[in-house]
Amino acid sequence: MPTKKKSAMWDAAAIKEELLKKYPPKVARKRAKQIVVNEDNQEIMANVRTIPGIITMRGCTYAGCKGVILGPTRDIVNITHGPIGCGFYSWLTRRNQTETTEENPDNYMPYCFSTDMQDKDIIFGGEKKLEAAIREAHAIFNPKAIAIFATCPVGLIGDDIHAVAARLKAELGCNIFAFSCEGYKGVSQSAGHHIANNQIFKHVVGENDEVKPGEYKINMLGEYNIGGDAFELDRIFKKCGITCLATFSGNSTYDQFASSHTADLNCVMCHRSINYVADMLETKFGIPWIKVNFIGAEATAKSLRRIAAYFGDKKLIDRVEEVIAEEMPAVKAAQEEVLPKTTGKTAMLFVGGSRAHHYQELFAEMGMRTLAAGYEFAHRDDYEGRQVIPDLKVDADSRNIEELEIEKDEARYKARITDVERAKLEAAGVPFKDYKGMMPEMDKQSLVIDDLNQYEADKLVEILKPDVFCAGIKEKYSIQKLGVPMKQLHSYDYGGPYAGFKGAINFYHEIERLVTSKVWGYMKAPWQKNPELSATYVWE
Amino acid sequence: MRKVAIYGKGGIGKSTTTQNTVAGLVEMGRKVMVVGCDPKADSTRLLLGGLAQKSVLDTLREEGEDVDLEDIRKVGFGGTYCVESGGPEPGVGCAGRGIITSINMLESLGAYEESVGLDYAFYDVLGDVVCGGFAMPIRDGKAEEIYIVCSGEMMAMYAANNICKGIMKYAQSGSVRLGGLICNSRNVDNEKEMIQELAKKIGTQMIYFVPRDNDVQRAEINRKTVIEWNGAVPQADHYRNLAKAIDENEMFVVPKPLQIEDLEQLLLDYGLLSAA
Repeated sequence: MPTKKKSAMWDAAAIKEELLKKYPPKVARKRAKQIVVNEDNQEIMANVRTIPGIITMRGCTYAGCKGVILGPTRDIVNITHGPIGCGFYSWLTRRNQTETTEENPDNYMPYCFSTDMQDKDIIFGGEKKLEAAIREAHAIFNPKAIAIFATCPVGLIGDDIHAVAARLKAELGCNIFAFSCEGYKGVSQSAGHHIANNQIFKHVVGENDEVKPGEYKINMLGEYNIGGDAFELDRIFKKCGITCLATFSGNSTYDQFASSHTADLNCVMCHRSINYVADMLETKFGIPWIKVNFIGAEATAKSLRRIAAYFGDKKLIDRVEEVIAEEMPAVKAAQEEVLPKTTGKTAMLFVGGSRAHHYQELFAEMGMRTLAAGYEFAHRDDYEGRQVIPDLKVDADSRNIEELEIEKDEARYKARITDVERAKLEAAGVPFKDYKGMMPEMDKQSLVIDDLNQYEADKLVEILKPDVFCAGIKEKYSIQKLGVPMKQLHSYDYGGPYAGFKGAINFYHEIERLVTSKVWGYMKAPWQKNPELSATYVWE
Repeated sequence: MRKVAIYGKGGIGKSTTTQNTVAGLVEMGRKVMVVGCDPKADSTRLLLGGLAQKSVLDTLREEGEDVDLEDIRKVGFGGTYCVESGGPEPGVGCAGRGIITSINMLESLGAYEESVGLDYAFYDVLGDVVCGGFAMPIRDGKAEEIYIVCSGEMMAMYAANNICKGIMKYAQSGSVRLGGLICNSRNVDNEKEMIQELAKKIGTQMIYFVPRDNDVQRAEINRKTVIEWNGAVPQADHYRNLAKAIDENEMFVVPKPLQIEDLEQLLLDYGLLSAA
């Protein structure tokens, strides 16, 4: 295959040089720290502002707050305070699914709430309109909670959304809280996740002390139920006898958050978007946390074993082994089926703050190699591991995001395990508060690129010709036009779930379908077939 | 039609100077419209004989889209047209966006059309150009001549110099030019010479020196311009002279704002040193 020959000519350092060649010196210097060739203890620059003029893959702070974190919660009325587009384009675009229950049929996700600010609201202030919107929503739906999201103009004109929320909360007796998540805050959507999680922690977590029935109580943190991922995990947990009290925030409800402090273990999926919540839950309530990964069948099995080992109950340990034994044959069968077609194929992943890492597991299970990967909005610890956290530079952009000072809740704090037990578990392979990051698990000499942009994406695809490229909707069509299949890992296109055992099977088939299809390669744009004009640039 | 904007430090006397000068132009037979660009909506008080004006933004808010020119444009002294753009109460919303909206509204209602027969449109803009909205009158050719009201006080000169920076920015892409500095005297030592020198350094002129006179206050308390209140007092003639100077002005420049050190040196040379 000619493509393989072509990529063989390039080593990672040469590709890096090629990517940087087009940039002015100052831009190249900055990008050189964000484009790294993977080595042991390699440092990468991350969570820094995108250089103006670069077409970034990043989203805004509002999108991170409203769309990502609160989007998947079904029974909170989410009101966007701003012009109509912000509310509309952050509504259900991530395909986060939900399923109501008989006890709690409330579901506001099919609704898009916005104050629809007009010119006159900008000039005279929008607080009155916001108040009217909250009253209207409350009168119609009488929800458990109402959340208010600030868009860019709200921050510029200084509407005091928190004061409006506090006033109406006292008056209406409904939990109303607001997020100062103006789109321009922070360097990426990561700031929005942080703002969202802080407010949920402050205003909702711990509101309900009622002890829920069930054994082996855990919370899933950083799981957003894209394409039904959380449904598959719920199925597996149920089968194992594990009680998932709350998911932050896939298929979640207000009450899940409110009583999440009664769980005995927090399992962190997306380290980036939520590790600080896990820390806060530990500090305040004494719930330890472990890193898990349910993307990939082997990773799922490993994570289940870790949860079982934590509880240390033979009944659970045995049950988890039974479940793995029951689930694995179907996974193996699907794997056998696709391996002949997928082995040796290559992938690139530029997505999220953990997905670019987690999905490498699935590709590895299919015999596929990840040539290059990177995150949109992750920080250094997500690349290099949590040991770098003390060395992270606190810049003005991070200071702009509130850091909550959490203290032990004297009345409700309960250490779930003793220090001795913790040490024993760690020795037995259950590390707490631990995440090694993406880079140690990637091949040496592969490319790791933070905040990839359109130019670099095009160039990488041109040079390395991967068999599949994974990113988001903004990248989808430009990649396909380059003749390479593209899989969205934010919304899963129309597919999913890809988590857990059944999800792995779905993913194998989907990727096999993509990498064996040549349809994008055959496609030619009209001007490629029949150029009416030809010209050269003046500098050529 | 000449489109003139008056800028200057807050409290320097922009509205007073503008209205008194407009009264002088009216006496000369000119047809003038004054557009107040200040949320306080007090730029046309002397011409209208009190705050009788309903602002463009209030009208827009109450009437919706269905606004007539006559709803927002009142006739004042000598047939001047008076408009107040208005804005939110202090500490709320965005006054800058309000200025943009109301000037666009005036344009779409045809307030500037030739059939109106205006010789002059004056924009009286809030003291400090705090954001893009307050620069609206000097963008897109809405105002083509700028006069800066200043005095020999240090902060007034700083402000004048800063406004020149704004004009320079928009002059490069548009037709706006600086017509001169109007010195509204505060009885500072060497004030006239110092402002003349400042004007020279910036590349413009001191178009007129308006002496300090309590007759201005007397007229104001009667809600009138000096010319209307008592056209015979000497101060009335000063405003007539200023009106004439503006009417005959042909010096329009792209200003060259001073470095802060140069501005301070000027103050040392004229103000502080000779006073010591």
